[in-house]
Amino acid sequence: MKSFKEKLTERVFLLIALSTLSVLALITVFIFIKGVPIIAKVGIINFVFGMKWAPSQGYYGIFPMIVGSVSVTLGAAIIGVPIAICCSIFLAEFAPAKLRNVFRPAIQLLAAIPSVVYGFWGVLFVVPMIRKFLGGPGLSILAGSIILGIMILPTIISITEVSLLALPRHYKDGALALGLTQWQTIHSLLLPAAKSGIVAAIILGLGRAIGETMAVIMVLGNAVALPQSILDPVRTLTTNIGIEMGYASGEHQQALFATGIVLFVIIMLLNASAQYITRKR
Amino acid sequence: MTQKSKIDIKGLNFYYEQKKVIKELNLEIPENRILGIFGPANSGITTLLRTLNRLSDLTAGARHEGEILLDGKNIFAPDVNLTELRRRVGMVFDVPTPLPMSIFDNVALGPRMGGLKSKTDLEEKVETSLRMSALWDDVKDRLDTPAARLSGGQQQRLCIARVLALEPEVILLDRPCSALDPISTAKIEESLVQLKEQYTIVIAPHTVQQAGRIADRVAFMLMGDLIEQGYTQEVFSFPKDKRTNDYLTGRFG
Ligand SMILES: Nc1ncnc2c1ncn2[C@@H]1O[C@H](COP(=O)(O)OP(=O)(O)O)[C@@H](O)[C@H]1O
Ligand SMILES: [Mg+2]
Repeated sequence: MKSFKEKLTERVFLLIALSTLSVLALITVFIFIKGVPIIAKVGIINFVFGMKWAPSQGYYGIFPMIVGSVSVTLGAAIIGVPIAICCSIFLAEFAPAKLRNVFRPAIQLLAAIPSVVYGFWGVLFVVPMIRKFLGGPGLSILAGSIILGIMILPTIISITEVSLLALPRHYKDGALALGLTQWQTIHSLLLPAAKSGIVAAIILGLGRAIGETMAVIMVLGNAVALPQSILDPVRTLTTNIGIEMGYASGEHQQALFATGIVLFVIIMLLNASAQYITRKR
Repeated sequence: MTQKSKIDIKGLNFYYEQKKVIKELNLEIPENRILGIFGPANSGITTLLRTLNRLSDLTAGARHEGEILLDGKNIFAPDVNLTELRRRVGMVFDVPTPLPMSIFDNVALGPRMGGLKSKTDLEEKVETSLRMSALWDDVKDRLDTPAARLSGGQQQRLCIARVLALEPEVILLDRPCSALDPISTAKIEESLVQLKEQYTIVIAPHTVQQAGRIADRVAFMLMGDLIEQGYTQEVFSFPKDKRTNDYLTGRFG
């Protein structure tokens, strides 16, 4: 028989757990209640694929921002993923313990830097560099990709490293005993064996990139137009909300919530696929 | 001994950090024979085997003193190529260690990484290796299924085939049958006895009886010391050292 006290504690913990869940539910419901009417009014196709965003004239098309979000996120992946994978291979397989003990906390620290600081650094350093060496306004997809490429490093590195370290010890022994070199062991055995973890790491990193707001507001230029090159400014879904939320009202405000719904769905899909991939193995 | 020695261990000491687990060991390993090294747990046998192809390098904090001569050349010499050494001195571990790939690829991996590219050559190599380890008939119809689906005994024979595919000169086996049933054990023992024609075999048997069945010579280790060595029949029938006798008659370990 459980004592009354034990039962009580159990209930309290359950309640706390439920309350976090209910916060999630509340936020979701809230965004949908606020956003769905405007989508219904302009039509989902017009909303998602509309090219013109002019709230004062009643135009609510977010396609340029979807393109903005996707291009900046892809750019971040192209820049960040190779660096992150190399880093985690180095940490898991090559680094001597001493070096690892310096690297690991340093990478964690990268995750602790507030995004506004990344943005600030981007404005003061990355943007002028791009303007000077590559031309254009500097505020651009490229600038955003570089900043986000760095910001997703900690997520991808730590998850990839964990999945490499989680491989059975005998894989490596077995391979080296077969006369494989360390590099052959890594690329023909360890990386394929850790594939699902690595893919999940990348997806989670991309989820973080697509949801990032503050840092990109500062370096993207935020123009609502389809970009022609990576040196053009863009606006993402997140920055659209961040910039206009302060003064929007009525339908305009609803349209921002609707932008949030689209973002929410994209991130949910990314997370679900990461979960699916990790569970499959 | 009349037989040429393939490996000559001279004054080997082995340490994990401060702990000395092999003490001043001298041992000659004859070519084309089976040497059984037996002893109670923690005698240092696994450590000794892993040192023979320098897998011991992988253990942080491990170090050694002394020499191990393979065909007269010290394997600790700075110009030794580890990849080549491990191809010449192959190792089978105490638990089967199938790699996460197909049966075929498990056997083909070593030769492929060693530069063998032709598909027909690889297929031939895989088949001969699997035949030698007495696994071919079990798996010839399902070479592309994952190796993890095989039974424990089959996995271990796969590991032996994998080593054979490297065409090594020496094969080290660390209690290869400890996880296996008697039938699989008998099959492996049978193939080992055939293999000694071409290879030098060092085995840590999982029982004294196994050493008696297959080893030409045996060495008895206890707490890092080599107590006694000689022809299997002599050591088993007339042990010179009291500790060997105690161990053989089951008085400890
Ligand atoms: N990686 C290691 N680090 C520290 N000590 C070890 C390690 N491996 C083995 N030892 C110790 O070395 C001694 C010999 O172990 P081992 O070579 O595995 O003996 P055996 O195979 O005869 O059982 C044991 O006391 C064991 O605890
Ligand atoms: Mg052992």
